[in-house]
Amino acid sequence: MMDSVGTVLLAMLAGSLRVSTPFLFVSLGECLTEKSGRINLGNEGVLVLGAMVAYATSYETGSPWAGVLAAAVAGLLLGALHGGVCSLARVNDVAMGIAIMLAGTGIAFFFGKPYVQPSATLLPGIPVGFWSDNAQVRNALLVCPLFLLGIAAAVALHWCFNATRVGLRIRIVGDSQDAALALGLPIDRTRLLATAFGSALAGIGGAFLSLYYPGSWNEGLSSGQGLMAVALVVFSRWNPINCIYASLLFGAAGALGPSLQTVGITWGYYLFYAAPYIVTLVVLILTARGGRSLRGMPGQLSIGR
Amino acid sequence: MPVSTALSRRHLLQSTAGAAGLAAVGLSAREAQAAKDLVVGFIYVGPKDDYGYNQAHAEAAAMLKKMPGVKIVEEEKVPETDDVSKTMESMIKLDGATLLFPTSFGYFDPYMLKMAAKYKSVEFRHCGGLWQADKHPMNTGSYFGYIGMCQYLNGIAAAHATKTKKIGFIAAKPIPQVLINVNSFALGARSVDPTITTSVIFTGEWSMPVKEAEATNSLIGQGIDVVTCHVDGPKVIMETAERRGIYTCGYHADQSKLAPKGYLTGAEWNWITVYKQFIADAQAGKPIPNFTRGGLAEGFVKMSPFGPALPEAGRKNVTAVKAEIMKGGYSVFKGPLKDNKGNVVVAAGKSLPETAIELESCNYLVEGVVGSIG
Repeated sequence: MMDSVGTVLLAMLAGSLRVSTPFLFVSLGECLTEKSGRINLGNEGVLVLGAMVAYATSYETGSPWAGVLAAAVAGLLLGALHGGVCSLARVNDVAMGIAIMLAGTGIAFFFGKPYVQPSATLLPGIPVGFWSDNAQVRNALLVCPLFLLGIAAAVALHWCFNATRVGLRIRIVGDSQDAALALGLPIDRTRLLATAFGSALAGIGGAFLSLYYPGSWNEGLSSGQGLMAVALVVFSRWNPINCIYASLLFGAAGALGPSLQTVGITWGYYLFYAAPYIVTLVVLILTARGGRSLRGMPGQLSIGR
Repeated sequence: MPVSTALSRRHLLQSTAGAAGLAAVGLSAREAQAAKDLVVGFIYVGPKDDYGYNQAHAEAAAMLKKMPGVKIVEEEKVPETDDVSKTMESMIKLDGATLLFPTSFGYFDPYMLKMAAKYKSVEFRHCGGLWQADKHPMNTGSYFGYIGMCQYLNGIAAAHATKTKKIGFIAAKPIPQVLINVNSFALGARSVDPTITTSVIFTGEWSMPVKEAEATNSLIGQGIDVVTCHVDGPKVIMETAERRGIYTCGYHADQSKLAPKGYLTGAEWNWITVYKQFIADAQAGKPIPNFTRGGLAEGFVKMSPFGPALPEAGRKNVTAVKAEIMKGGYSVFKGPLKDNKGNVVVAAGKSLPETAIELESCNYLVEGVVGSIG
C-alpha cells in the first residue's frame, strides 16, 4: 500500500513537472497583459500557433531552439495584432480575443498540415535526478530547460512589477486609466507592448507542447490549456510567483487520473480527470471574499467594470 | 478546438470551381467523360495523416484514386455533428457522389440515416455502425474488420519481448470494440505465459495527446515494458514509448517509422479490400452488400512486418498462430474464461470465434487484465 502511495506521489511530481510548463508560460503572458488592463483570450490560438511554428522550424532547421524563438516571434506578432486592434475605439477585447483564438488555430492547422507526419528534433531534458539510481526518480526529474526558463520569467516579472519603473507604469495603466492620463503615460502603447510580449510568452508555451512534451505536432495537441491559463491567472491573483504554484498544482492534478489507474484504483477515472477543474473551483470559492471585486484584480479589466 | 474552421473552405472552393465549370459547359469533352465516372466520397473525423484510424482509410482512398473510372472526393476533420450532414449533402449535390463512406462511428445515427432517407439513389456505407435490416434503409449499410485477432497476435509478440511480465494497453473508451482488443491482447500474451498481466488505462477521449503521453509514462513508471493502444492517433504513444526505451505494438496503421527500435509488430486495417469490392459492385450495377465483416483471412486486416526487437521465438509463434487463424474458425475467447472479478464470462466447452455476435456486446475485462471499465 505504501508502495502504491509512493508511486502515485512520484507520478504526480513527475506529472506536475512535465505538464505544468505550458500553463506557466500562458498564465505569465496573460498576467502581463491583464496587468496592463486588457484581457487576451486569444492566447489559446497563440499556443497552438506557437506549437506549430516551433515544430516546423525545428524540423526545417534541425535546431529546436530556433523553433522556440520562432514560436515567440509568432506569438509576438499575433499579440501585437490583438493589441493593435484593441487600441481602436469601441473594440471589445473579449470578442477580439476569441477572433484571435480562432485565427491562430486556423492558421496553425492550415500551415501545419505537412508537419503532422515528420519527426522534428526535440528539446533535450536536463537530468536533475542524476544522483538517484532509481530509474523512475531519474525520469521524473528529467526537467525541460523551458520549465526553468519559465520559473526565471516568473521571478523576473514579479520583480519588474514591484521594483521597476516599467512595472509601475504597467500597473498604473492597468489600474486606473484616469491616473495614467493625468501622469501622461502612453496608455495604448503600454497595453500594445504588454499584449505582444504576453503572447510571445504564450507562444513559448506552445513550443514546449510540440518540442518537449508530448513532443509532437498534430491538430488535437492543445486541449484548452490556453483557456485554462486565463482561469489560472485569476486563481493566482495576478501574481507571477503564484502562477508557478498554480501551474504545478494543475500539472499534478492532471497526472492523478492516469497514475491512479496504473496502481489499480480504477473506479471513477472520469472524476479524477476532472481534478484540475475541481481544484480551481474549490480554491476560487475558498479565497473569494465579499466586496466589489476580486482581490488583486487590475481596475481597468473589462470583466471587472 | 476544431470549431468550424473547416466549415466553408470546401464550400468556397466548390462554388468557385462550379462557376468556372459553368463557363466551360459544352466545351470540354473531358468533362463529359468525367461525368460518367463513379464519384465516391470519403469523410474522416480527424486529419487523414494521423498515423491512425483516419490514415488507414485515407491510404485506401489514395489507392482507389489510381483506378480508372473512379473519382474520389475527400473531406477530413468533419465533426460528428450536423457538419457531417452538410458535407454529405455537398458531396452529393456539388460533386455528384453516388457512393459515400462516412468513416467515423458517430456519423451513423442520426446524420447518415437522415441523408439516406433524403437521397434514396445514393448508397451510404458506414464503418463500424451496426446496420440492421429491419431498422435501417436498404441504401445504407455497414462494414468492419475483426482486428481483435491482430491484437491477439500483438499480445503473443509482446509476451516474447517483455522482461518484466507486465504489459500495458492505453484505451480511449470502454466500448465493446475497444474491450475486445484489450481482452485479445491480454489473452494473446497469456497464451504464451499465464503470469503476464496487462494494465489498461482509459483516457476517456479518442484523441488527447497530453493525456496519452501521461498514460504512457505512468505505465512505464509501473515497470511495464510493452505498450499498445486503441486511440485514434497512436503517434504520441509510440514516440513516447520509444523515447523511454520500451517496446511497442502498433494499431490502426504501420507505426514502425515512429519507433524503429522498439516496434515489435502491429494490428493494421486493410480497407482497400472492402472498398475495391464495393466499387466493383457499383460499377457492375450489382447491389452493394449491406452488412460486411471480415478478418485476417478475408484481407480486411493485416499485421505490420516484424520489427528488429522481436526475438526469433516470437516471430515463429506469431507466424504459426496467424496461419491457424487464416484457416478460419479460430477462437480467442475460449471457455472456461473468467473476467478479472472472478465471474465466468465464457462457460467451459464453449468458444466464441471472431464472428460471434456475443462479442459485439463485450462488457468485461478478462482475467489477467489490471483495470476496470469504470
